[in-house]
Amino acid sequence: MTKPEQRSPSVALFVTCLVDVMRPSIAFAAVSLLERAGCQVSVPESQTCCGQPGYNAGHEKNARLIAQQVIETFEGYDYVVAPSGSCAGTLKKHYPEMFAGNAAWRGRAEDLSSRTWELTSFLTDQMNFTPSGVRFNHTVSYHDSCSGLRELGVKDQPRKLLAAVDGTEIAESDLAESCCGFGGLFCVKYPDISAAMVDHKIGDVMAGEADVVLGGDLGCLMNLAGRLTRKNLPTKVWHVAEVLAGMTDKIDPITGPSDDEAAK
Amino acid sequence: MKSTASQFPQNAREALADETLQNVLENFADGFPRKRAAAISRLDEFDDLRDAARDIKNHVLANLDTYLTRFEERVLENGGQVHWCRDAAEACQTILEICQAANARTVTKSKSMIGEEIAINDFLERHDIEPVETDLGEYIIQLREEPPSHIIAPAIHLSKEQVAETFVEKHTDRDPDRTLTEPRVMLDEARAELRGKFLGADVGLTGANMLVAETGSIATVTNEGNADLTMGLPRVHVALASIEKIVPTLEDASTILRVLARSATGQEMSVYTTFATGPKRSDDLDGPEQFHVVLLDNGRSELLGSEFQDILRCIRCGSCINHCPVYSTVGGHAYGWVYPGPMGSVLSPALIGLEDAHHLPNASTLCGKCETVCPMHIPLPRMLRSWRTRQVEQNLQAATSRYGLELWAFMAKRPRLYRVFSAMASRVLRMMAGKNARIRWLPLGGGWTSKRDMPAPQGPTFMSQWKQNRDRYS
Repeated sequence: MTKPEQRSPSVALFVTCLVDVMRPSIAFAAVSLLERAGCQVSVPESQTCCGQPGYNAGHEKNARLIAQQVIETFEGYDYVVAPSGSCAGTLKKHYPEMFAGNAAWRGRAEDLSSRTWELTSFLTDQMNFTPSGVRFNHTVSYHDSCSGLRELGVKDQPRKLLAAVDGTEIAESDLAESCCGFGGLFCVKYPDISAAMVDHKIGDVMAGEADVVLGGDLGCLMNLAGRLTRKNLPTKVWHVAEVLAGMTDKIDPITGPSDDEAAK
Repeated sequence: MKSTASQFPQNAREALADETLQNVLENFADGFPRKRAAAISRLDEFDDLRDAARDIKNHVLANLDTYLTRFEERVLENGGQVHWCRDAAEACQTILEICQAANARTVTKSKSMIGEEIAINDFLERHDIEPVETDLGEYIIQLREEPPSHIIAPAIHLSKEQVAETFVEKHTDRDPDRTLTEPRVMLDEARAELRGKFLGADVGLTGANMLVAETGSIATVTNEGNADLTMGLPRVHVALASIEKIVPTLEDASTILRVLARSATGQEMSVYTTFATGPKRSDDLDGPEQFHVVLLDNGRSELLGSEFQDILRCIRCGSCINHCPVYSTVGGHAYGWVYPGPMGSVLSPALIGLEDAHHLPNASTLCGKCETVCPMHIPLPRMLRSWRTRQVEQNLQAATSRYGLELWAFMAKRPRLYRVFSAMASRVLRMMAGKNARIRWLPLGGGWTSKRDMPAPQGPTFMSQWKQNRDRYS
């Protein structure tokens, strides 16, 4: 009997709307890592957004319509992988809830759910992948994004992958699992509270050894990076996939070019 | 208490600017969670107990009428009385009538969140009856004329210096120049003040952590023993409880007790756990002559069968509050009504109305920590989201976010249009950024840029780059 793992699995990349517009390098990094792990990667063209912003804001009807489109778009692939715990969590955990009362779509949502993975978790738990020949000479603090951590159990996977990167030390923060205050629309509805929350995180990182913050969700990382640069703090922020794909020499961190480089 | 929940953002801003409060909250955020984690690590079967506790309350909620009726029968058999109250006004009136029938001038109280919910203190004062809070934290905030800021630690928002100032100001028959720096000394002073009140009270009003149907008992847990003196010394004991506090048996009560204190303060048990069953019997040496249970609905029965039923499993341990990153940033008063934090943001809209409480379900990042630490497995984030859905249905959402999200959904459902729109957004955002690739101000995006820079898009969208060159950056 041939196990499905013995042929290269077909993986559809769920790019995520934020990565698509704000930081394409994360999606390129994800493709590169998935290919190195032996996957056949496709990027379905009719994908847009997972619908989470509307779903979390109570717009259930719209969220369901978007979910149906995502379910259709990603049918037929062995796996669906997203470089984000919160978007993967929406597909995996919330789509089946959205169609709880709809037998036909519930089955399709559960099928998608069973094939959906967050990137670092897919690479380790499913593909048993270890990066090699990658160097990143920094002490990093890893931010465990809430949805990835609590909905999908993503905790050790990125650390396991980073352990194989030369030159990288992880300085664990006491607040690694604390929310950064992003929370989707929360950060624009309650900017004062959100800023105080991100300041707690930043304060804890600055008190430790780390010169870089890594994470697996661009929303949180933009929140951290945006606050760091607003306060003129030197800590840099990258998405973990960019580090694992060895891309950090070619692109600026999410915190942007240093002031010297910007002046050039 | 009068709700200020509708001013949540303003309340929060004031809390953030209050340096003393921020210092207190910093210690708070660390304390309870660490103690809880330690307590749980010492009990292998904690997760099994959580499941059992959840199942007990689910069973109760499916058979609430049966157990409440059984409870009433037992209370009557024991010589006590049960008063069914639909709302706060009925409960206040009932308690007042019991007090007036007993010619009461002072009522000692042990901490009761239901008491806060129906604002019984104000009501009794208006009828010339003096309520005296006997829980230390409640006593302090009563002196300061403040509401509690936490359901199990009502004065957690205060520093010990603030408590000392309050004591000097309010305990006027003591030496104003005395030294009040040690918590122990302050505690002794409060105890001395309260001792006479305990002995002089005509009626004792307690809450109840649980009501036990098979015995007609009420259960209270405290760390100070004040509930015992409140219910045991006066002639009349009134226990005030909401209807969902019922459990079938003493065995069930003990299951819930095993998760309650561990989740709350990290104690294995609270220092005093008391079951009170009926008034003094003929051969009892002491105890109250009358035993009343005031059972309050106040909107709870409306939640049965709704998407919010699970909140009725709540045992008020405060664990969700202790672990909430929003609560530990702004404190309890910002929420503007009796119940703060995640459980409050789910319960308050049901009790004071979604219009008044419209901020509360939104004042959460849905980080999910609360659900992971809830001993009753209450799906708090799911219910916060359900309130948001109700807001949309009832047209209570701010117009900007409503139209913004409608527009977003319109695009997201049309991939080709979406591609055009996202490419345009990417271009515009890149044009707005400086050389350092940061946007410092965004029209309509002030919520973001008031506090943070917006990193500019790195380049054209991924989807457009992917079409042209799959091997970019490799």
